[in-house]
Amino acid sequence: MGVMAVYALLPLFWLVVNSTKTQTSLFSSFGLWFSGDFALWDNIVGTLTYNDGEFLRWLANTVLYVVVGAGGATFLATLAGYGLAKFDFPGKRGVFAVVLGAVAIPGTALAVPTFLMFSQMGLTNTPWSVIIPSLISPFGLYLVWIYALESVPTEVLEAARMDGAGEFRTFFTISLRMLAPGFITVLLFTVVATWNNYFLPLIMLSQSTWYPLTVGLNSWNAQATTAGGEAIYNLVITGSLLTIVPIVGAFLFLQRFWQSGLSAGSVK
Amino acid sequence: MTTTSPVADALPSVRSRKTAGRWMGWAFVGPFMAVFLLVFVAPVLYAFYLSLFQNQMVGGDKFVGGANYFQALGDPQFWDSVIRVALFLVVQVPIMLFLALFAALALDSGRLRASSFFRISVFLPYAVPAVVATLMWGFIYGPRFGLFGSINDFFGLNLAEPLSSSWILASIGNINTWEFTGYNMLIFYSALKVIPAELYEAANLDGAGTFRVIRSIKLPSIRGAIGIASIFSVIGSFQLFNEPNILKALAPNSISSYFTPNMYAFNLSFAGQQFNYAAAISIIMGVLTVVVAYVVQISGSRKDA
Repeated sequence: MGVMAVYALLPLFWLVVNSTKTQTSLFSSFGLWFSGDFALWDNIVGTLTYNDGEFLRWLANTVLYVVVGAGGATFLATLAGYGLAKFDFPGKRGVFAVVLGAVAIPGTALAVPTFLMFSQMGLTNTPWSVIIPSLISPFGLYLVWIYALESVPTEVLEAARMDGAGEFRTFFTISLRMLAPGFITVLLFTVVATWNNYFLPLIMLSQSTWYPLTVGLNSWNAQATTAGGEAIYNLVITGSLLTIVPIVGAFLFLQRFWQSGLSAGSVK
Repeated sequence: MTTTSPVADALPSVRSRKTAGRWMGWAFVGPFMAVFLLVFVAPVLYAFYLSLFQNQMVGGDKFVGGANYFQALGDPQFWDSVIRVALFLVVQVPIMLFLALFAALALDSGRLRASSFFRISVFLPYAVPAVVATLMWGFIYGPRFGLFGSINDFFGLNLAEPLSSSWILASIGNINTWEFTGYNMLIFYSALKVIPAELYEAANLDGAGTFRVIRSIKLPSIRGAIGIASIFSVIGSFQLFNEPNILKALAPNSISSYFTPNMYAFNLSFAGQQFNYAAAISIIMGVLTVVVAYVVQISGSRKDA
């Protein structure tokens, strides 16, 4: 176990160490220890200001995609998972079949046709082309569905109905609270997926204006290999560090909640 | 109408049908399904439609039936990429799942000090974007200022170069293992957590040792979780794209434009404008993935039965 923890943490340690180095000492010093001038602050300033501060713009885009995309995905999955768990309705078996079948389809296989469709609808190169596909999380739907079966007692819903509460009012005032651990687990997974999304924005966006951090960082990295491009490895490394700090923070902060949601909801 | 019955818990949906409107469920499921149709179902149908046409220099799109599919079946570059991901799958997935299982069993044994520290640190790489993970490992691999370069310089060695064409697949496998071991560990661990304590008590009475408990109770109980993790990993391997595509900037000579089927389809579309042919390749890979995932599921459940 100790070996595995070292294996998991070593690259992250490497990242922290090397984001303190200038571009020259990156090349001249041992990779796993600090060396030369402590340039972390300069690197951060450099990352945030390079090319008129495009990093900050990408950060804002990423936040937008996460708030609308992951938030929307979690909301839709929660509504639908709850609906599947607590109601019987015509076509329910069909919904299961289609959604479960979709999980087996490689997401990347959908990307090219989705791009062509969106380009005919005039959506490519807009934030919508990134946000709309991230609104669907079949895994999230599955998780909420299992979780709702177990944690929302039907008696409570019956009681609310007898008191004359509408279904949506019951959902928002009573059920949602009981669903909270499952909801937060799904939120965490969709946030991670949207924050880390690379393939979809890479295809959909042709101008850097709407890039998220992932695509932007890779464009900085690829810049070194193009003719006449400026190598900015120190900024790529520091930018990588800045990209993972918020998501790792969210992870550690929310771990208490998602772990309870996962063990109740997972893999029955 | 609303009297409670003893079986209410077991059959919640049957009962709610009587009280709520018959179509009420659609009010909850509908919004999800509407977006789902737009981003899942419509693209699949559209890809199938596209795959039946060819773009002609003169005269635009022409219906060609299965011609794109026949072309793919005889395309050495396509088969090259398929064989590469198949090799990747056969080696990387078992290693990763074995490590994840080992870690989950160690956490569950209750003998580990600081187990929550281990759990979170092994899981942490999952939160790291594939782009950042690949850039980090790519730099570590790199001969110029990477760790391997430093080690070679320091000891005057000439160790294998991870970015050379003979090692590149293993190097990508390492990145994937690093990213997803913790995720699979968590799936196994949460499945182990819900094993009823009575089973362990019974085993104790029968005098079963740790190893026996693992073999006879723990592994059979989490068979479903192992199956799901295997299928997700199989799907993931066939979709391999991010890591090789990003590494390409650091190792342009080791990674071709048809390194994996997905990269091939991507480059056909966006560098070659061959959308119809790319659509056919996507469909073939979709079908192949479903078939392989299905075979894995069947063989998995037969082995343990």
